[in-house]
Amino acid sequence: MSLGGGWYLALAAVLFSIGAIGLLVRRNVLVMFMCIELMLNAANLTFVTFSRLLGDIAGQVVVFFVLVVAAAEVVVGLGIVVAIFRRRDTTTADDLHVLKG
Amino acid sequence: MPPLLGAVHPTIPDVITFAISAAIIVVGAVGVVTSRNPVHAALSLVMTLFGVAVLFVEQRADFLAAVQVIVYAGAIVVLFLFVIMFLGVDRRENIEAEPLRGQRPLALVLVAITLLGGLLLAFASHLTIGAHGVACGAGVCRGSNVAQLGRSVFTTYLYAFEATAALLVVAVVGAVVLARRPSGPAAADDADDPDDADEPVPAVAGGSHDGSADGSPDAGAPVDPVGAGGRGGPEVGP
Repeated sequence: MSLGGGWYLALAAVLFSIGAIGLLVRRNVLVMFMCIELMLNAANLTFVTFSRLLGDIAGQVVVFFVLVVAAAEVVVGLGIVVAIFRRRDTTTADDLHVLKG
Repeated sequence: MPPLLGAVHPTIPDVITFAISAAIIVVGAVGVVTSRNPVHAALSLVMTLFGVAVLFVEQRADFLAAVQVIVYAGAIVVLFLFVIMFLGVDRRENIEAEPLRGQRPLALVLVAITLLGGLLLAFASHLTIGAHGVACGAGVCRGSNVAQLGRSVFTTYLYAFEATAALLVVAVVGAVVLARRPSGPAAADDADDPDDADEPVPAVAGGSHDGSADGSPDAGAPVDPVGAGGRGGPEVGP
């Protein structure tokens, strides 16, 4: 039998926090995308933990769908990054201030 | 009913597995945030994803662990690395500079407050649940993990599964539309970048951070990124 769920939930909270700090602090758009992936993985770990604790397969089904949505998000996001790089030759979020008022 | 969040008599190998996986996950996540090179960040992300896959196995989500390794570490991270190499941004960036004053302490404080709340909820709360194992009521939960997951996806969550298929088609079409090179009449509004049409993009991957003033001696180049990089220099200089 595995550890109690509290340890897994705490680890997921730590992982989510590190991803959130990275998303808030880093400037490179690609690294910000990777931090979003960290946060999605923390949520996935929470879902799997509750799936085990509750004896319910639905948590794992949700993780399955989260994986698909994450893949689609990465594909579209990296397409946007490539398109922006073609026009402005940068992947830094601070350089994209055209819409700044 | 067993306590929801209490200890459930873990064995020593379980504890060791969890400790090692947790260390791998946290070290990888910190590496993603603190590494200066985006390639190193992607490799640290692989480390974290493997740790999460181990914890999936530990919690008897075998199929999801395999999918985690195949899809995340095998496809998504490779896509990240492909884009990093394609754009030519695989160089060290300066992360000591803080463009927005006070942003990092504010981010740390806000995230610390949120994390403390989450940890408090995880350890100190006494959650109660009404029904234990709702989906297993009709005998759905027989068989292996893959059988359970497949039965659930193709019966209970069939419409969500179909919507997922539509989402993937939309994502593929959107990625093609976003990343394709504009041609024909669409290239007219892209005319501010004259040599964009006849030069491959990786050749202009000089970089914009290390000063566009370096490109000024190359007077023959209409735009500075060609002169700023070392690769494009010889063919436009003379």
